[in-house]
Order: sequence, then structure tokens, then C-alpha cells
Amino acid sequence: MSSVNTSVRWERMILYVILFLGVMLPLIFHIGWKTDVSPHVQMVHDLVENTPAGSTVLISFDYEPSTMPELKPMALSLVDHAWQRGHKVIAVALWPMGVQMANDVFQELTALPVTDIAADQSSGETKTSVASDSTKVALSGVENAPDSTIARHTDKKYGIDYVNLGFKPGGMVTIKAMGRSIHETFPADAFGTPVGSLPIMDDIVRLRDLGYVMSLSAGDPGLKQWIMVAHDNFKVLVSGGTTAVSAPGFLPYINNRDQLRGVMGGLKGAAEYEKLRGVFGPASIKMDSQSIAHVIILIFIAIGNIKAYRRRKAQRRKSEKA
Amino acid sequence: MKRTIPMIITFIVGMLVIISEFVPHKPFGPIAGTLENWFLIIAGFTIILGVLSLIRMNSIKIKSRAENWQYFLAGLISFGVMVLVGVFWGMQESSGILGHGEKISAWLGTPPTKPFDYLFNNLFIHLSATMFSLLAFYIASAAYRAFIIRSFESNLLMITAVIIMLGRTSLGTIMTGWLPPSLQFLHLPRIADYIMMYPNSAAQRAIMISAALGVIGSSLRIILGIERSYLGGGK
Repeated sequence: MSSVNTSVRWERMILYVILFLGVMLPLIFHIGWKTDVSPHVQMVHDLVENTPAGSTVLISFDYEPSTMPELKPMALSLVDHAWQRGHKVIAVALWPMGVQMANDVFQELTALPVTDIAADQSSGETKTSVASDSTKVALSGVENAPDSTIARHTDKKYGIDYVNLGFKPGGMVTIKAMGRSIHETFPADAFGTPVGSLPIMDDIVRLRDLGYVMSLSAGDPGLKQWIMVAHDNFKVLVSGGTTAVSAPGFLPYINNRDQLRGVMGGLKGAAEYEKLRGVFGPASIKMDSQSIAHVIILIFIAIGNIKAYRRRKAQRRKSEKA
Repeated sequence: MKRTIPMIITFIVGMLVIISEFVPHKPFGPIAGTLENWFLIIAGFTIILGVLSLIRMNSIKIKSRAENWQYFLAGLISFGVMVLVGVFWGMQESSGILGHGEKISAWLGTPPTKPFDYLFNNLFIHLSATMFSLLAFYIASAAYRAFIIRSFESNLLMITAVIIMLGRTSLGTIMTGWLPPSLQFLHLPRIADYIMMYPNSAAQRAIMISAALGVIGSSLRIILGIERSYLGGGK
């Protein structure tokens, strides 16, 4: 019995080591495998692309650091795309840490490249103090990429081109209240500035005034609540991205009632969006690791089946002999 | 009395909210709006309740030297540190009661980073991501042991899983990307999309409809006072 346990422990250890290497190595030595674009991600892209310039849109950051590797690349692409199309971006959060997630994305996209910051500092200027260490890591990954990278929008101004309204508990009820009045639901932004004093909010009263709503969702409350209230009650176009594990649950909402205008599922969805934009961003870089990890799992499933087959065969022989 | 009054309030509020969905005009619409605002205020207080509960539960376990009490102590200290640095020096653009803490921020690195942001970016984010990433190892180990062909159903499950896993990676694109246009229906990502869009969606819809009916049923039971467990104290 103990030899069986030891064997299982060894098998598990080998699997873990191989999986670790399979995930790590492609992050260091980039392969550059291409990915196909699914129709659902194309729908998300088309929604942003076809929304008129000057529209104000809302992105809900309904995730926390644990799901950042999957959802942050989507957030970067969506905000970058929206700004490139001339949209103004309002960020809200139904999850407490969504506020920091939104700030992180805005900082990363509005910060000067790391090389410029270094140049500024060496020349004694302190023009930029916004890039965090995590920004540096993410940007250094992007800078090594072969194709074009996610653009930096250093010209975007807080309160004019984007705003972070912060977190509000209540999930579905918060969205419903926003359907009546965003100003009443969020009287001040995440930093305490009265919302009425922010130019971006001048023409925005309720959800219906928005071009579309995107939710980057790691669970409840999240995309599902936005569909059920923002679309079904207030007829606002809703789209977004989720973790890969919860994406299948959203596919029924993509229907002829247009409850959900496409969805990005996990890292693959984010990589597809980057491909549509002709950008080689963080999702495309990480996609190689995910592909290798899947292949390793498939190989081990095959090994497990061969082992099970041989075990069954041996047992059959044993019973025949007996 | 302790149970009757909450039940009456639940019934009136529940009925008002239901009616306001069908008749969003005066007086039901504005009443529902007011109730929603009340809910948002009450929901804000749940955070305080959560914090108090966290402190109480952890303190009890530390005091009674429960198994692995050291971890509860670590959790409580971490919580206290994050709260204190946040209250003292604020986070990101917001200031704390001691201002922005320029000196300590400059000491922590270049560009200057507030203590809360420093801990959040360099500890919390990585620890959270690590915890979530561990799932990959468990899933790999579970798949290795569980996806064994034993019957027709398990065979079907395994084939579907293999197609989806390959179709959701770049490798699936490479493996069947060379197929001529007439055989594009065999392209792995396309088969994966088909499985997700039709068989998966059909099953998901069935689950969603059942869950929705369940929610309606249990909500009606609460509104009508049949289900009383939310009041606590037994039945």
C-alpha cells in the first residue's frame, strides 16, 4: 500500500515539475504561436469599433488580484481601444478591489514608457511619478514583443477622458440605481471629488446615456448582473470578459435578444482581442504558456489512460488464471 | 413580536418591489427607488459587520490556541497593518490622516510609492495570483487521475474535453490550420466553438432556467413567510 502511495506521490511531483517548466519556459523564451479569433470576441471588438467617437462608455472592474492575469489584459485592450476610438471611459467597481484594478489599468495606459521615465530621472526632472513597479514589469514584457504594443495615452486627462467612480456594494441593486441616476448612486469619485464637478459626467445622467457597458467579471456580482439589469431593464448594450472557467455560462446570453454582445473568455479571449487590434500585448505573451500547459495535461491524460488500460488487462489476466 | 414584525416588513417590501417591476409608475416606482437607496446604505454597513466578524473569529481562535492558530494571528496582523498604513498615509491619490507620507513613499522606492500601494502591489497581488495559480496544478493532477475511459459516457466526456482543450489553445489552430476550406468544419477551434455554442449552451440554459425557478420559489416562500430561517433561531 505504501509503495502505491509513494508511486502516486512521485507521479504527482513529476507532473507538477513538468507543468511548472511548461508554464515558465514559454514566458522566458517566447514561441509566438498565433491564435484564431472566435465570433464572440469579434462581436466585442465590433461593438467598440462601431460605437461613435465622443460616446461615453462604462467599464465595470468586477475582479480582484487573483484573476488579474486573465482579466487585466482584457482591461488594457478595452480601455486602449475605447480611447483610440475617441470614447470617454467611466470606471466603476462592484468588487471592493476593482477600484485599484481600474486605477492600475489607467496608470499603465497613461504613464510614460519606462525608458522615458528613466530618461526624465537621469536629467533631474520628475515629470512622471505614476508608474508603479507592476507597470514596469508588464511594460518590460510588452517591450520585448515582436509586433506593435499597446499604445500609451499620455494625453488623456482624468475627469475629462476618464474617471474612476469607485466601488459601491449592492451588486444588482447598484446597477438598478445607476439606471435611474449615476450621479445619485456615485455622488463622488474614488478620490472623493464630487461627480458633478467632473466634465466627463456633464452629459451622463443614467445608464441609458452610455454607448455601452463592459464588465470584466470574475464572479458575482459581475457580467450576469449587468446583463440582467443594464440590458434587460434599461436596454443598454452590454458586453465584457470573464475568466475562462465561467465563460461557458455566459454563452446562452448571446442570443437574438442581444442580451450580451459577445464575450471574451479568459486569456484566450484577451489574446484574440489583441490579435484583432493587431497588438502584441500581455495576453498574447502568456498564451504560449497556456497552450503548453494544456498539451502537458493532455499528454498526462493519455498516460493515465494507458496505465489504467494496462492495469485492467493485468487484473483480467489474473482473474483468468485464478 | 420579534419574528412577526420582520416578516410583515419582508412581505410589504417584497410585494412593493415585485409590483414596481410591473407598474413602474407612482407611487410604486419612487418607493422602489427609495428602497434601493436604503439597500445600498445597509449594504455599506455589511463591510463593517464583515470586519468585526473577521476580528472576532480570529481573536477567538488565537485565544483558544486552536489548531494552526499562528495563521489566524498572521491574518489578523496583516489586516491590521493594511488598515493602519491606509488610514495613516492613504492610497494612490487619496491622502491619509498623516497626509501623503512623502518621506516614507520616497524611501520605499522610485517612483515614490505609498506604503499601502507598496504592500498591495508587491505582496497582495502576487500572493492572490499565486493562490489562484495553484489551481492549475490541482486541475492537472485531477485530470490525470479522473479522465479515464471506463464507459461510453466517460469516453464522450474525455473526447469533448480533449477537443475543447486543444481548440482553446494556439496549438489547436496550428494542428488543423492547414486544412483546405472544404474541410474547415474539422478545424479544432471551430469544433470547440460549436460545442460551446450549442450542446454547452443548451445544457447551460436548462440549468439557468431551473435555477431561476428555484430562486422564484424560495423568494416567494420568504416573502409569504413560509421560509423563516433567515430570521434565525430554528425553523
